[in-house]
Amino acid sequence: MAKHKTPLLDQLESGPWPSFVSDVKQEAEARAKNEKGLDYQIPADCPADLLGVLELSYTDGETHWKHGGIVGVFGYGGGVIGRYCDQPEMFPGVAHFHTVRVAQPAGKFYTTKFLRDLCDLWDLRGSGLTNMHGSTGDIVLLGTQTPQLEEIFFELTHNMNNDLGGSGSNLRTPAACMGMSRCEYACYDSQELCYNLTQEYQDELHRPAFPYKFKFKFDACPNGCVAAIARSDLSFIGTWRDNIKIDQEAVAAYVGGEIAPNAGAHAGRDWGKFDIVKEVVDLCPSGCFKYEGGKVAIDNKECVRCMHCINTMPQALHIGDERGCSILCGAKAPILDGPQMGSLLVPFIEVNKDDDFQAIKDVVEGVWDWWMEEGKNRERIGETMKRLGFAALVKAVGIDFDPRQVQEPRHNPYIFWKADEVDGDWDRDINEYRKRHQR
Amino acid sequence: MAFISSGYNPDKPMENRISDIGPQHFTEFLQPVIKDNFGKWKYHEILEPGLLKHVAESGDAVYTVRCGTARLMSVTLIREICDIADEWCEGYLRFTTRNNIEFMLTDEGKAKDLKKFLNGQKFAGGSYKFPVGGTGAGVSNIVHTQGWVHCHTPATDASGTVKATMDAVFDQFTDMKLPAPVRIAMACCLNMCGAVHCSDIAILGIHRKPPIIDHEYLDNLCEIPLAVAACPTGAIRPSKVEVDGKDYKTVAIKEERCMFCGNCYTMCPSLPLSDKEGDGIALMVGGKISNRISKPAFSKVVVPFLPNNTPRWPEMTDVIKKILKAYSEGANKYERLGDWATRIGWERFFEVCDLPFTEHLIDDFRDPAYYTWRQTTQFKW
Repeated sequence: MAKHKTPLLDQLESGPWPSFVSDVKQEAEARAKNEKGLDYQIPADCPADLLGVLELSYTDGETHWKHGGIVGVFGYGGGVIGRYCDQPEMFPGVAHFHTVRVAQPAGKFYTTKFLRDLCDLWDLRGSGLTNMHGSTGDIVLLGTQTPQLEEIFFELTHNMNNDLGGSGSNLRTPAACMGMSRCEYACYDSQELCYNLTQEYQDELHRPAFPYKFKFKFDACPNGCVAAIARSDLSFIGTWRDNIKIDQEAVAAYVGGEIAPNAGAHAGRDWGKFDIVKEVVDLCPSGCFKYEGGKVAIDNKECVRCMHCINTMPQALHIGDERGCSILCGAKAPILDGPQMGSLLVPFIEVNKDDDFQAIKDVVEGVWDWWMEEGKNRERIGETMKRLGFAALVKAVGIDFDPRQVQEPRHNPYIFWKADEVDGDWDRDINEYRKRHQR
Repeated sequence: MAFISSGYNPDKPMENRISDIGPQHFTEFLQPVIKDNFGKWKYHEILEPGLLKHVAESGDAVYTVRCGTARLMSVTLIREICDIADEWCEGYLRFTTRNNIEFMLTDEGKAKDLKKFLNGQKFAGGSYKFPVGGTGAGVSNIVHTQGWVHCHTPATDASGTVKATMDAVFDQFTDMKLPAPVRIAMACCLNMCGAVHCSDIAILGIHRKPPIIDHEYLDNLCEIPLAVAACPTGAIRPSKVEVDGKDYKTVAIKEERCMFCGNCYTMCPSLPLSDKEGDGIALMVGGKISNRISKPAFSKVVVPFLPNNTPRWPEMTDVIKKILKAYSEGANKYERLGDWATRIGWERFFEVCDLPFTEHLIDDFRDPAYYTWRQTTQFKW
């Protein structure tokens, strides 16, 4: 017998898509039964109370969660988000219901051992409810009470060799695509770079010292599976500088219909026979892709590496060998000054594990130094860039100016020249001037 | 309940403390076939919806079965997922950025058997536990936020709107019959933890009433200068009011300047703005993240408001289905939703999707607004 009646939520149990309501109910039942005889460290009925408070929101159209208070673990300024219910008498099980962010492994590959250990920990010390995963990439443990926080942290670090993630005005938990683990498009080892920078900047991740949040995301190719260009203050997107490799025999197999285009991604509809001119040549954004005499020719100097031809014929075309990444800066969601994409800061940089990615770290630290000096409280770096100009950032970080950094040159001639850029001095004598020009 | 110590000693917090260790190295979690062929993958194929084959230079192949999840999941469910991975995949699995699970196997026949098995697992309420799909030119799983489940600023629920939407477009998740991938994202307020600003279809919770000012408590709960500074339009200023003969330091809000972003409420709990009638959903379309063919693009608002008609938001799912149908019928192969709308023209988009164009869809927020107006005589009747 359910603790609260949830007639509205019950309607979300039908339909094909996995029902979170059914799952939370299943957890509520499992905790009520408690077959393992656990001594639950927070109220056993918290999943039932979570459904209760959610049903109330479905009825009255308003949230019933209050602002987070300052809670966390000793020495860290992030990783835990305080959460309290605004109807604690009705739903005591979730009166205190803090979120714990746990750092996920790069690329989100797991062993069942790790996940089972995490389940055991969260069964005993939390609600038994999670998000796999949060939007930034963390494992999100949903709902525990303050006295459990240090215990969770202790067990996480001692027994699972794993740390909390980021929250607040600090480096947020970096996230990477699956990269070289299982993708032929990977131009660099996104997971290794993600892991390395995460370790290097643990202090920045756990102890808020920034004007606002700061995100790293690592996409190993321009397809952008972790959305780096839209969602990270610094995006590391794989690219190459030399030639796309062509296997003409495989090209012929695509043209002849032996291999399905786009790895078979369009198999659900009859789009007709693969037409390499219509589907690849005509769609190439820089017009560098030619198909003549049964052979593909690519004018690589004109290629903008959009990935379309490679995505369409993955068995025939492969990324080049001189690989690295582009770094873009300043992406963010619309709050406050409108949405921003990352802007291209460094067109190409080597991703070199042998020197511990030093060139990349130099860029990261240059960007942070400028932002921490110039950024206002709660100002994302994208907004600082808009306020002070992109050139100011490029200059501060010590990167060469490059036409690749702009879509097109400026529309106005209001250039803020500095005195030292102009021959002679800005301090001039009006009397000397008047010798040449009458009043 | 008896408190169970982990070994942590509150009197000596630094004793045996381990900190700043980050996550474990990802290679600790890689299946043998993945580890052996790391960085040496040659190509991939989608054999059928939800079933991928990756072939390495060594000749090794790995078969991946991808299935959707609700993201909000219990430890009971995660343990069931682990049981499946132990039985079929040597104890390994992976989650995708879009909240799907990937089970990897080295045998094609077994991968197909696993697909069948996963599609046979259902919750007590009747929904699939692990529907296989989410590949190729279809709708993959929705990236989303917390909503009413666990957040203080939402204007709608996230899990419920996602469930309703995925139910409505389920056949697009399990098939690959659209012109290109359609990425749907959901954020329950303008803060956009879900960063829905670059999605093919974005579901966004919005408020429409300015904050209520809790005058008697505001000065105790908030730093007034921070609340003032939080407002992007400068609508908030310090003020004083008299309530029952007592003076309170508080703020005043120029309501006509409010853009309902809730940033003030994030800084000051005495400025709540949620409201049953005021809150609801805006729909945005045409964003993308990939650099493929066209540049990454922002989503555009095409429906300014739909009510929070719980538990299934029928007005919202109707519009999403209409947009998907028009896109599916009108777009060329490989053409993303935004590229299709741009090609046919947005005036045509509203026509073929049967959506009204209203004053609220013309941007009036700062400089970028100008670049969205039409500065040409080229348009379509």
